[in-house]
Formats: sequence, C-alpha cells, structure tokens
Amino acid sequence: MNTQQARAAVEAAFAQIAPDIEPSELIGDARLRQDLDIDSLDFLRLVQVIADTTGVDTPEEDYRQLATVGGFVEYVASHG
Amino acid sequence: MGEFRMPALGADMERGTLIEWLVKPGDYVHRGDLVAAVETDKSVIDVETFEDGVVAELLADVGEVLPIGAPLARITPTPSAGAAVGPAVEKASAPVPVIRSARPSTRPAVTPPVRHYAQLVGVDLDMVRGTGHGGAITHADIERARGAAGPPQDKPPALRARSSPRARKLAAERGIDLASVTGTGPGGAVRAEDVPTTAGAGETAATTGEPPPAAAPRTAPPSKSAERTAGLRRTIGALMSRSKKTIPHYYLSTTIDMRAALAWMEGANAGRSLAERLVPAALLLKATALAAREVPEMNGYFADDRFQPSVSVNIGMVVALRTGGIVAPALLEADSLGLDELMQRLRDLVSRARGGRLQRAEMAEATLTVTNLGDLGVDSVFGVIYPPQVALVGFGRIVERPWAHDAMVGVRHELTATLAADHRVSDGMRGARFLSRIDELLQNPEAL
Repeated sequence: MNTQQARAAVEAAFAQIAPDIEPSELIGDARLRQDLDIDSLDFLRLVQVIADTTGVDTPEEDYRQLATVGGFVEYVASHG
Repeated sequence: MGEFRMPALGADMERGTLIEWLVKPGDYVHRGDLVAAVETDKSVIDVETFEDGVVAELLADVGEVLPIGAPLARITPTPSAGAAVGPAVEKASAPVPVIRSARPSTRPAVTPPVRHYAQLVGVDLDMVRGTGHGGAITHADIERARGAAGPPQDKPPALRARSSPRARKLAAERGIDLASVTGTGPGGAVRAEDVPTTAGAGETAATTGEPPPAAAPRTAPPSKSAERTAGLRRTIGALMSRSKKTIPHYYLSTTIDMRAALAWMEGANAGRSLAERLVPAALLLKATALAAREVPEMNGYFADDRFQPSVSVNIGMVVALRTGGIVAPALLEADSLGLDELMQRLRDLVSRARGGRLQRAEMAEATLTVTNLGDLGVDSVFGVIYPPQVALVGFGRIVERPWAHDAMVGVRHELTATLAADHRVSDGMRGARFLSRIDELLQNPEAL
C-alpha cells in the first residue's frame, strides 16, 4: 500500500474513533497519547478499524511503532 | 397504581431531560424493561421500570426538564398477563401527550384488548383509521392495517428508533425528524451516517411540509455543546466541592511491580485476535475489585451518618469525554467477572460513555471509583472521592525504571497506585492493606 492510501485509511480510522480531532491535527509527529488524547481503549479500537479496513493486523509488540500519526501511517503503508 | 419517576442518576444529578419514550400507552412492561431515555449533563441514560404492568399514561413530554422524583408515567399493575385488564386502564384512552410532533395530536379511542393485539402484531395505532363507534379502532381495523403493511417484522417499530447523540445533533442541525430516518445501527438505531445531509433528501420535508431551517443551525450547535460542557463542568464542580467539604480524605501511594502482569498479558494477547486482546486497565480493575471484596471499608456509601458497605463491587470507571469533562459509569459486579468478560464490558462501557448511552444502574450504582490517568501519561493521581462513595483508586502510567534488588540494579516496569479514602470509614492501616492487596493480586495475574 502506498503512503497516500495508508494515510487515508488512518485518517478514516481516526474520524471514526475520535471524531472531535480535526484532520489538520493529524500531522506526522503528533503523538497519539500525549497530543491527541488517545487512551489504550481508543488505541485498540483504532488498530482494530485499521485491521478491518486494510487487513493490517498489528501484533502487540509493534504497538510502539504506532505512537505517532506518522509512525502509524508508515506502519500501515509497509504492512498493507 | 405505580408511578414511573425521574430517577436519580448519580449523586450529582438534580434534574434530567426526558429525551425519548421507549414505550407508549398500552404497552406491557416488566420489571427491568427500558422505559425512557433521560439526558443529563453527562450522558444519555436508558432507564428501566421497577414494576410490571401496563403503561397507562405518559405524564411528561419529550424535551421536558424534570427534577428527580417527578412522575413521568403511570403504570397499572396487571392482575394477569392476559388481554383482560382492570378498568383503570380504560383511562389510557384519554388524550396523551404528543410524543412525536409529526403525529396527529388526538388519538382515536382504543380499548385495551385491541391495543394489546395491535402491539402483538406490530401495528402502529397512529396509522390506523378507526371504523368503530365514534371512530374507535376495532380488531378488524388492526387486521386490515396488518394486511396492508405486510408482515409485522417489515414494519419499523412503532416507538422511536434509538439514535446516537451525534445523529441527534446532526439531525437537529439539519432540521431532520429522526423518526423519518432509517437506522442501520444495532436494532435499527439511527447513526450519524444515516442522517441525510439535507432535510430535502429525507422524507421529512414531505412529512412536515416545512422547509428545513437553513442558516440558523450554523451557529446554534456550538453554543448548545458549549452550554452542555459548561453544565457538566458546573456539575462536576458542585460534586467535588461537596466531596472536599464533607469527606476527610487521606491519601496513600504505592509502587507496583508490573513485570508479572505485563508478561502474562503479552503472552495471553499473542494468541488473540485484536477484538479479544486485553489492556492493562482490565487487570488493574479486576485486582481492585477483588481487593475491595476483601477490604469492605473501601466499597460502599457513606450516607445518613454511617457507612453502608456494599455486597457487590461496582467499579466506577472515570472516562474522559472527548468534548471535555468526565463521567464515571460503573462496571457492575466487576469482582465476579472473568478477565475476558470484564475487558469486553470495559470496552463497551467506555465507548457507550463517550458516544452512546448508558444504563441507569451504570450511572447510579458505582460503589468505588477507579481513575486510570496513566493512560494519558501522568505518573500518579491524587483523587477526589465521588460522594457518597468512600474511596477512589488512581493508577498512573506504566514506566520502565531502574530498580535495586540484592545490591544489583535492574530495570522493571512499574506503576504508581494511589488511594484516596474516607477517614470517617477507615484508617491508613486498612487503606494500606487494600493497596497492598491490589499489588499482591497483580503479582499473580493468571488467577485474576
């Protein structure tokens, strides 16, 4: 999957789980927990939505790589 | 004669807005059936009846703001579940408040047996033209309506379909009657996506004959949501002031070694699908619930100048609302749930607290509160007890820290657990016992 498709999938997942976050806030180095108030349950739902829409199933040991929006997009792009 | 009243949905509630009737006059209800949805500053809450009977009359209109205890409906107890009900129910055919503006405001006369039959076969009485005496609806009219409408399961339920708060907000902004929208959510619930982008796109324009309000909604919704946020802030402020004024808090803190719990959880999660994975919060909640069972001074209410311990452990879980403010719905009987079930209930509860609706018991029956701010990055929480509860447990984030043991320094994952407890009920000794039990239970995660 290319980065653009991955970004679209990640933005769509955020829109579903945290509709209050503006797309303009989803910049590359925005941290999910500290900057976007994504808690562990939100995170689990995000990962689940991504798995449903892109087929990218993230094992728990890779969670760290999804700490920022940019990391999330890159992970989906390289595994999708 | 039973009266269904505005319930108290938490210690901080004074009044609520009736936003939806889930029954209509003539419906049979059983203890535990959901009857109405009430909106408070915090959430939309489904409220159940405590009586069996027939809904004789709705005493409040949708949209009314009512204090706790205000009668909302009359429920006539049924001597038997059969069609023949007592004469008191005849009053049900008196004019009832209009609950849907698009509906005619007067109803034709209907006898209870016919009403019951209509309900059984899924025919909406508002859609039936009566041919009986004085326009009364007869059994035959119901039969005709049923035939015209096709099989009952094809008909939308007569009562207003459920809807998400976001859907309601969008519908209000766009001037759409939610009753005209076909829901695609669970049980036909109307979701935000189901709301047409303009009123003209739905059936509403045809139903109401009114043009959608065009410009006004642009400015209205933000002020409403700001108002709601301000209301929630006031509510939280009043409750916390009461807590700080009346509860002599004491605070304890301990550091919990999380290696065993995390190692066990990672092992368990490795073989699980995403939907079944656990998060540390589930383990923390379960350990807290079990510890509360062993140290009952932490679990219950302080009311009427004395402590009333609770048999069940209902853990209020502080959930930060994305729009600001917090709500603390309860995981009921958390001590008796298996970890997997607790995890599913936790996910469900948090998502309903944020976006959907809660149940009365979840808002009113928490016996001990847990706040897990560690998720959002802080090390420890010095909590304020939710009256009339007597304790609050706070969990900070799980961090890697250097740790000395047997003259060697290693690294381990640890977490700071804090307790705010009520000195009228317990002392630091018991509080320490409680926190150290949480710690011990987390060292044995497979037993949780």
